[in-house]
Amino acid sequence: MNWSETLRTSWAAVRSHGLRSLLTVLGILIGIAAVILTVGLGLGTQKDVSASISSLGSNLLIVSPGSSTDSSGVRGGFGTSATLTAADATALASSVNAPDIEGVAAEKSTSLALEANDTNWTTTVTGTTASWLDVRSRDLIAGEFITDEDQASQAAVTVLGSETATELFGTTNVVGQSVTIDGHTFEVVGVLASAGSDSSSNLDDVAIVPLSTAANQLVGGTTANSVSTIYLKAASDGQLAAAYQEAEAVLLNLHSISSADSADFTISSQNALVDTATSIYQTLTVLLTGVAALSLLVGGIGVMNIMLVSVTERTREIGLRKALGAPPWAIRRQFLVEAAILGLTGGVLGAVLGMGAALALPGVVGSSIVISPEAVGLSIGVAIAIGLIFGVYPATRAARLAPIDALRSE
Amino acid sequence: MTTTRAIANGNMPDKEYGEPVIELTAARKVYRSGTIEFEALRGVDLEIRQGEYVAIMGPSGSGKSTLMNILGCLDTLTTGHYRLAGHDVDDLDEAELAEIRNKEIGFVFQQFNLLPSLEAWRNVELPLMYARVPGHERRARAERALERVGLGSRFVNKPGELSGGQQQRVAVARALVGEPTMILADEPTGNLDSVSTEDVLGLFDELHDLGRTIVLITHELEVAQRARRIVRVKDGLIQGDTAEGALLATVAGGAA
Repeated sequence: MNWSETLRTSWAAVRSHGLRSLLTVLGILIGIAAVILTVGLGLGTQKDVSASISSLGSNLLIVSPGSSTDSSGVRGGFGTSATLTAADATALASSVNAPDIEGVAAEKSTSLALEANDTNWTTTVTGTTASWLDVRSRDLIAGEFITDEDQASQAAVTVLGSETATELFGTTNVVGQSVTIDGHTFEVVGVLASAGSDSSSNLDDVAIVPLSTAANQLVGGTTANSVSTIYLKAASDGQLAAAYQEAEAVLLNLHSISSADSADFTISSQNALVDTATSIYQTLTVLLTGVAALSLLVGGIGVMNIMLVSVTERTREIGLRKALGAPPWAIRRQFLVEAAILGLTGGVLGAVLGMGAALALPGVVGSSIVISPEAVGLSIGVAIAIGLIFGVYPATRAARLAPIDALRSE
Repeated sequence: MTTTRAIANGNMPDKEYGEPVIELTAARKVYRSGTIEFEALRGVDLEIRQGEYVAIMGPSGSGKSTLMNILGCLDTLTTGHYRLAGHDVDDLDEAELAEIRNKEIGFVFQQFNLLPSLEAWRNVELPLMYARVPGHERRARAERALERVGLGSRFVNKPGELSGGQQQRVAVARALVGEPTMILADEPTGNLDSVSTEDVLGLFDELHDLGRTIVLITHELEVAQRARRIVRVKDGLIQGDTAEGALLATVAGGAA
């Protein structure tokens, strides 16, 4: 009995119980689909993160407030206090203290209601300075950005994100229009080009105002002088490490903190964000892979179960084949191939389901899913291997049946 | 009357037969079930020669099924020796026994034992598949075997589409297709009506006339009497053998 006959016989056996075979491979099917989706989601999210990060510029450092230690010695968490000020930003901009830092942009953000022509829209209002456009690697599609004069005179001018402009006016052609922010009237002087989303926010839904205006008219109070984030742009990728050390030294000095361990700020780079994102997705991948592995294990046990049933049902056939001259290895091979076909069927169906979901899901979950041909090929291979591994015991049992007992069975 | 003819044939002393096919010497088979031992064969000597048509007869529990399993290489002896077509089969392993069964024995079973999902010719070619005969040759030989048993037109029918007699003919074709040394038929007419029984036994007559060795296991005297020699088994021993001059009257009388 050669391979093609073994394949034909085994395929006929699988097909003769179509529904049962399908139900049997369901576990493998789900497992394989989960593997393909997991891998695709991991790769897709990584792609999204690195795309959004490289659009922001890889030579960017982000200074965030936080990690202050209070009088009783309890160290606060990240971002728990307003320790950064506009003065910090000014000091960092000094080419003497920080020669490797090319641009500095402090941000002071708050969520406020905007109103134009009776349309209301709540968005992030960000106070910043003229350098923001360059530091954040953004472009304008209309008008101009806020200027140093606007900053000096606390001008009531704003630059809108493209989505914000569309929500308020139905168009991005809005330069010269008026918009009311928190009761104050601002003139729209420019509109930002679209930049998509980063991992935490929509970069196109924003209203930029001069930092001085934000501090004095929109936020005010005791936190008026604080800023929420300072963005630093290193002169080049290679100067990122130097820029980091300069920024840390300047801020520690300015805040009168002797040890970097007790710093009341945190400096992170985009690379650190990539690393963080990667490690999160690796954890997620390990978790989902565990789920997929469990599902495959259950699927494999299902295959073993149904193969044992198949051996029992076909005991007479096994006896007959043995009487007609089938050696034990031929019987074993027949059942192994049958189990492998079950695994293959589950694998192929699972791959189809996984790829279909990979095409359909991005629209729902808002994250891209990359179909990796290697993952598809490998998981189908794994499915066949599962069939084979869990088929060994039933096939061996079939091969060991005594011909007389098998022939006599009812 | 068939009975008369069979008796006459069975007593024919002058028919020449060839080399021994079956040589069974002091054959004992003991089954153990826990602490209980059951001796199914208690020392059987039997020789069957090339071209013979032998019926092994006996009531249920006589040991004839055990004898059939031994002769068919489906089981091995506890003590004693069995030579089949010149091969010592006592010490063979499972794979070697499978090869002997494939080459030397054509089985015909009471339950036909056809695979219901396969067409007639696919059933017939099964022994050739395990003998690694190439595909086109298998088909041609299966076709010839089916024609030989008068089922040339039923080539592609599945067993469910055939009558009992036709199914048993397919089984006989399957037993013939590998040109085995002997045909071993275990109650081949047990599931057939009288017309189909006559059909199958007629086929065996023809095969015997063509020089085939046929061993037929049955408990029915009428069937056994179609053979040329009757070996009667009882309580694990051979009680009568027409070839050794045992009176047929004794055999017939014992069954009556």
